[in-house]
Amino acid sequence: MSTYTSLTGADRAAMLEAIGVGSVEALFDVIPEGVRLGRALDLPPGAAEQEVFAELRRLAARNVSADDEISFLGGGMYDHYVPALVDSIVQRSEFLTPYTPYQPEISQGGLQVMFEYQTAMSELTGLPVSNASVYEGPSAVAAAGYMAKLHNSRRRFVVSEGVHPHSRETLATTAAGWDVEIVEVALSGGATDAAALAEAIDEDTSAVFLQQPNFVGAVEDLAALSARAREAGAVVVCSCDPIALGILRPPGECGVDVAVGEGQPLGNRLDFGGPSFGFFCAGEAFLRKMPGRIAGETVDVDGRRGFVLTLQTREQHIRRERATSNICTAQALNALAGVIYLSWLGRRGLVELGELLARRTAYAREALAAVPGVSLRHERPVVREFAITLDAPVAGVVERCAAEGVNPGLALDGDGLLVAITEQRSRTDVDRLVDVLGRAVAAERDEQTGEAGRSRPAGGRTVVSGARAGRPQGDFSA
Amino acid sequence: MTETIFEVSQEGRRAFVAPATDVPERPLEELIPRALLRDEPARLPEVAEPEIVRHYNRLSKRNFDLDTGFYPLGSCTMKHNPKLHERVAALPGNARLHPLQHPARAQGALELMWRLQGALGEIAGLPHVSLQPSAGSHGELAGVLLTRAYHEDRGQTRHKVLTPDTAHGTNPATVTMAGYELVKLASNADGGIDLDDLRAKADEDVACLMLTNPNTLGLFDPNIEEIARIVHGVGATLYYDGANLNAIVGVCRPGDMGFDIVHFNLHKTFTQPHGGGGPGAGPIAVSERIEPYLPRPQVVRRAADNGGEPAFDLDHDRPKSIGRLRGFQGNYGVFVRSYAYIRSLGAEGLREMSEVAVLNANYLLARLREKGVAEYLPVAYDRLCMHEFVLSGAPMKRELKVRTLDLAKRLLDHGVHPPTVYFPLLVDEALLVEPTETETKETLDAFADAIAEILREAREDPTVAQTAPHTTPVRRLDEAAAAKRPVIRQPM
Repeated sequence: MSTYTSLTGADRAAMLEAIGVGSVEALFDVIPEGVRLGRALDLPPGAAEQEVFAELRRLAARNVSADDEISFLGGGMYDHYVPALVDSIVQRSEFLTPYTPYQPEISQGGLQVMFEYQTAMSELTGLPVSNASVYEGPSAVAAAGYMAKLHNSRRRFVVSEGVHPHSRETLATTAAGWDVEIVEVALSGGATDAAALAEAIDEDTSAVFLQQPNFVGAVEDLAALSARAREAGAVVVCSCDPIALGILRPPGECGVDVAVGEGQPLGNRLDFGGPSFGFFCAGEAFLRKMPGRIAGETVDVDGRRGFVLTLQTREQHIRRERATSNICTAQALNALAGVIYLSWLGRRGLVELGELLARRTAYAREALAAVPGVSLRHERPVVREFAITLDAPVAGVVERCAAEGVNPGLALDGDGLLVAITEQRSRTDVDRLVDVLGRAVAAERDEQTGEAGRSRPAGGRTVVSGARAGRPQGDFSA
Repeated sequence: MTETIFEVSQEGRRAFVAPATDVPERPLEELIPRALLRDEPARLPEVAEPEIVRHYNRLSKRNFDLDTGFYPLGSCTMKHNPKLHERVAALPGNARLHPLQHPARAQGALELMWRLQGALGEIAGLPHVSLQPSAGSHGELAGVLLTRAYHEDRGQTRHKVLTPDTAHGTNPATVTMAGYELVKLASNADGGIDLDDLRAKADEDVACLMLTNPNTLGLFDPNIEEIARIVHGVGATLYYDGANLNAIVGVCRPGDMGFDIVHFNLHKTFTQPHGGGGPGAGPIAVSERIEPYLPRPQVVRRAADNGGEPAFDLDHDRPKSIGRLRGFQGNYGVFVRSYAYIRSLGAEGLREMSEVAVLNANYLLARLREKGVAEYLPVAYDRLCMHEFVLSGAPMKRELKVRTLDLAKRLLDHGVHPPTVYFPLLVDEALLVEPTETETKETLDAFADAIAEILREAREDPTVAQTAPHTTPVRRLDEAAAAKRPVIRQPM
């Protein structure tokens, strides 16, 4: 059993004597008898470090990671390469183990990182104000909704169906007590229907929610979509892919008031969904209504440049029930990984990466569209992700591909597939996808028409009975 | 060295080399219309790898951290972060696992989450756990949204949530965010809930009471059973803020005290490193009657239909669920670390953790009761404490003209992170001290000696503390100027 404590028997005796009690148990006398546990917790006994390591390694080995297959999964998190210098720096004790920088004199490193991060995110989004991070992408969308509500007290949210299903659901969950009506606007040809969006916006619309590129990968015309919302005085919120912002017109130039998003693609690992970070940027008008920490530059008593947490009168520990948000702990370490990654890519690298993604994705999209039984779900421009429709049940196709070591992407309701291409997927990988997917679609069509009738392969290497590998997941329709 | 990464940038430098273009090099405008593209690249830094590494390493040296020294920050539970946890979180099967991997191919991750749910449920004394919330404040929001769903399902609309005046700031902020009206409860002379005030304010319009026990004064409220009776008597839920759970693991359980909903701070009690302000995770445990409303998806174990091994799955089919609170399944990397911690310590080790945390706090408090200290920094509530205690700097301010803030800043010169200051609000010039089970007797003695030395020095010359710190990379910073004319990004 590991304890991570240091007290010896002699220490305990001396300490109890100094306190003036006879035993450690006596320190808990205040707890009423009726609520005491009175038994040991029903948990396994502790184990030595090497035993715990072995157990966790066994569990981890039962997962099929992005190292174990050629994966085209995206849908909000992406398998971009994380450079070695990110791992090296974020594992330093000085970044890994401090608390929130409440004592700025001994936290200048972390505070300056926040300031640099805010600057980088401002540059990416084209908006002047960034906070130091929020939890992650979908809850950042909900946080933007709350800020809009504080800003204009209106009672309607208009949400494009191009916004990630997790973000839409998180917004609805979080807004349960806000007395707002949420109206969703369908996609047309892969992009948000501008006319339908304009139609849905009225004078009581608090905010309009868009995503760039949207959930099915299409690049939206944000300037066109935000025009009616601005006219109506609604706050325009756009959830953005930060990598795509390296080549796309920044939301701040397109009439967007609040740009939020999932920061994982910026130097953070997949981690089965977290921790990552959410970014939250806005126009000047929102500076004093922002959620979360913000670092600001100032000077010390000797005139030396320094950084502090600023505008804290927005925050829960000062303003309590009148705070602009309840958020306190956010994702400082993940945001650090983000700003290191952006520094590593640099001004030109981010563009080069975006260009490479767009070209590889165009190659993959055209190659897949030529596969019999595969068609494009939309023809809109894309950056690194696109949706296709299969003339075969997607569940079976995914299962057949998995058996050949290829994860072809995220299954969408029945016959759709969302395919993501990162710089880690080479042309050879894409060619393999085209081959494997083509054969899988053909085999499923054969089976449907009763020509083959052979049984399906067993799926990936850890397929377990009771959860059939190819079954589409609960909450993705597009 | 205060240059930012943007200031060390020089045009033409770079670290990144793009992988070879192995597909046709089509102009970008051919793929995406010009109008939708950026005119100019984002002005990111241009720096080669050696200077990026030096820049951030130098910055790191301007941070104090838990691996270096004592961090008695009250209500924050700054305990050791075992190095094993970083190793297991980084295993490719964890770190490189895509969140939308099919559950059948993520069985190890789902099993780990299922086991962690079970362990947290046992620790809380409440059987149903959702790991989804991202932090304590997010867990609180989940709890109040669950309360709303519970009442609405019973056809009731309630408008008020009660919190004591000692509550963490997140509690009242959460109440407002969830669309409720806050009603504050007074504290009694012992620092607990004033039962008469509770009886007067608890009515059928109250949805929930949010409580921390031990509270933010480090005191266990012995009236908890009566509090639960009053709250349940009006049909409201009782919410447990788990920020102070480190005091009582294996000793008593929120569920047995009558709480309906608990949040855990995995970054406090269960050792996720704080990262300079996150990440954390704020799982919740709930009673039977709240279970139907838990966020979706839930991690479940399903028996195999053919008598084989059971399989783990994500259950989306939860018709009464409040819905998602975030993307994917939660902060899995945090779950790995906390699960490793629970496995390392086991039942016995977890109880020892709390016992030593409480022993350390009481020992430090006893040391600070010594002559030369207690006259200036009396304990706010003079009794045994749990895992933390509150001192008042009011006599120090009055007698020596040294404020709690000055004392905190002078502690920086002694290589110690100061306690939480000016919280809880109930105590004038408050210092909230939480040593945790991590610390040795020698460290606690050194802290007590440092406090005594600062007070001795202040009796001779208060200006030393008043103008502290003197040895840090920067000295006191002008926070008022920062707020008045905010500079929150690098001018380009």
